[in-house]
Amino acid sequence: MTYNKRGKLLRVILFAFLAAIFPLNMQAGEHNEAEQGFNPGEFIIDHVIDSYGWHIAGEGDKSISVSLPIILFDNWKPVVFMSGKFHHGHAAYKGYAIGFTEDTKGKIVKLGGSDAGYTGHLEEGHTYIIDNQSTLIDISITKNVFALLLSIVLLCWIFLHVAKQYKDGGDNKAPKGMAALVEPVILFIRDEVAIPSIGKNKYEKFLPYLLTLFFFILINNLMGLIPIFPFGANLTGNIAVTGILAIITFFITSFSANKNYWIHLVNTPGVPWWLKIPLPIMPVVEIIGIFTKPFVLMIRLFANITAGHIIVLGFISLIFIFGQMAPALGYGISVVSIFFYLFMGLLELIVAFVQAFIFTLLTALYIGMAIEDHEEHAEAHEATEIVHN
Amino acid sequence: MALITPSFGLIFWMLLGFGLLFFILKKFAWPFITNTIAAREHRIESQLMEAEKVRQDMANLKSEHQVLLVQAKEERDQILADARKMRDKLYEEAKEKANNEAKAIVEEAKKAIHFEKMKAMTDIKNEIANMSIEIAEKILREELSDQNKQEALVSKWMDDVHLN
Repeated sequence: MTYNKRGKLLRVILFAFLAAIFPLNMQAGEHNEAEQGFNPGEFIIDHVIDSYGWHIAGEGDKSISVSLPIILFDNWKPVVFMSGKFHHGHAAYKGYAIGFTEDTKGKIVKLGGSDAGYTGHLEEGHTYIIDNQSTLIDISITKNVFALLLSIVLLCWIFLHVAKQYKDGGDNKAPKGMAALVEPVILFIRDEVAIPSIGKNKYEKFLPYLLTLFFFILINNLMGLIPIFPFGANLTGNIAVTGILAIITFFITSFSANKNYWIHLVNTPGVPWWLKIPLPIMPVVEIIGIFTKPFVLMIRLFANITAGHIIVLGFISLIFIFGQMAPALGYGISVVSIFFYLFMGLLELIVAFVQAFIFTLLTALYIGMAIEDHEEHAEAHEATEIVHN
Repeated sequence: MALITPSFGLIFWMLLGFGLLFFILKKFAWPFITNTIAAREHRIESQLMEAEKVRQDMANLKSEHQVLLVQAKEERDQILADARKMRDKLYEEAKEKANNEAKAIVEEAKKAIHFEKMKAMTDIKNEIANMSIEIAEKILREELSDQNKQEALVSKWMDDVHLN
């Protein structure tokens, strides 16, 4: 691993229009940033991905960040320290450093060879050796993990409070305060999502998961829209988070599926026989389908939320791009940018609800398809198709 | 790319955190919330049904009332009609009775008058008889000096008396 000034061209493939507007030229070290000016691509990606510290303001060495705990298991030996020790990636601590080459960028690496256990500034031009032999498990409280834990605390607080209100009030009182706020949403999930998708007799078993899922996605979507610490992390736009949610949905669907569901996979009814024998085209499609469903869930939420953040950050970047040309231009464009930011913010507010709703609705539909009785099949299938369109 | 590479740490915390969240909410929040909402819905539904039933009862009661009212009115009219009839009958009876009584009284009076008249006549007759006798006595005393005359007179008066 060589720490040098050689710039590496990294294209953002996922959002082609942004890549077209701002060709990304990412630097290996942040030292160069001040000299080379504002880099919108890096700026946006840095704000969308996870990080070890929580950057609040400023740039480079002068930036203000909240230090978060780093938790490592180095050959099963726990190592805990604060992320501030890395000095925004410019320093190593006890032989650990944040990687800066393409394959290790943003990850914690263990230095080996003569640099093992090194604490101090990372010298430019120096070649560091990475210790690939030891197992390094990283479960640090990153920005996203912190946001995740915060959202869990918030959700627990809200719903335990609401549950207490219901417990105290009994069924003889109208909901008040927090309960009045969440009750319509709970009723919506129950009456418009769970019951139509799963059926009146079986929905109760799955309702707790659907409610937890909906409120978890919703609160994290909303928290991601607030640009002030401790909010603003792009948690539901993180592929690991949406992936785990999709995998849980996949497991619940698969484990609660009845015999019909599996029979339908292998022998799809209403399909000409020559699509099944001798080439099992339909069974293959169906079996791929059970994996694409959660995969699509994962991608949809990730892409929607990340795209929203990227567009907002793009508008903010415009101010700095023009500000670099001439300060007056920056001030001028800020009016337009803030207007578009507000517009996107309102749009994202809708997206926050819609994406939470769609994820929950599709989960409910998949569960409903897996446990439905034979007669109901056609109807539920139609409903799924409509949502997919 | 960092954007689409899931990191182990976040997967670990996500599984742990979401699992914990689901467990806590499923155990301590959702049952109370959903059960209370369901119970409240059930309660409202049953109360609405009860209200509907009461409304129906009220409507029935009202129609019953109406029937009773009509009956009562009819009964009242009947009673009034009866009373009027009774009154007329009593009036007629009283009138007849009064007439009869009046007739009887008149009859009685007539009888009494007749009786009194007869009595008076008898008295007068007696008086006249007495006076006649006295007068006859006086005349006799005058006239009865002559035998013949006496006889002739007596027989003549006797005839007269007969004539009366």
